[in-house]
Amino acid sequence: MDPRSCVNIQKEWDIVGARQLGREMAKEIGFGTVDQARIATAISELARNIYLYADHGQICFEYINTKSKKGILMTAVDVGPGIKDVSRVMQDGYTTSGGLGAGLPGVKRLMDDFDIESTVGEGTKIKAIKWVK
Amino acid sequence: MRIPILKLHNYLLISIQTEIDDKTAIQFQEDLLAKIHKTGASGVVIDLTSVDIIDSFIAKVLGDVVSMSDLMGARVVLTGIQPAVAMTLIDLGIHLQNVPTALNLEQGLMKLHQELGG
Repeated sequence: MDPRSCVNIQKEWDIVGARQLGREMAKEIGFGTVDQARIATAISELARNIYLYADHGQICFEYINTKSKKGILMTAVDVGPGIKDVSRVMQDGYTTSGGLGAGLPGVKRLMDDFDIESTVGEGTKIKAIKWVK
Repeated sequence: MRIPILKLHNYLLISIQTEIDDKTAIQFQEDLLAKIHKTGASGVVIDLTSVDIIDSFIAKVLGDVVSMSDLMGARVVLTGIQPAVAMTLIDLGIHLQNVPTALNLEQGLMKLHQELGG
């Protein structure tokens, strides 16, 4: 499998496509079933955010290898409306979609490292890493 | 794609075997309520043994379908939630607190039997 793969998020079904690819890559690099489920779920949440709020975007997966550990990096990028108050969307229970409010704080808990950059009118970029334990 | 709903006496049985996308989930919600209405079923078991991911959206649809069925007078039990799925849902912050669950299909049917008095 390629060390780096991307999925365009345009249609609803792309959410499923993205999480399937992410799960495959996670399995290949040696993640156990629980972490595979965590990674696939995090991807699903990020992909749905793109689909709902930005209309389209892209999620890329990349293997990372350091001397001491290996993991998977996912990058979700869109050129949607951006987020005005990032600290607010990172609060548990905050939602604009009438969903369960799991959203980004949930994704952060599922992953090991989480980083978000967003500019109103330009878009949002989220990077998240899970390390193989 | 549609999820098959089987009727067994007063119960409806569903085993979700496919990767669920948002549309399939919503379609299932409608199909199940229509089937409860048509058959007059008093109990429903939704078996999730083969489901290896439940994200916030699917969890919401499942939680909603339990409440909606309840309003109609049918009791729903979710069965067979995998360990990895349970761990992921709690990490996500989703507790599905008012949703009846059981370990497997057999225990789910027993639960319905006890509550509905056979």
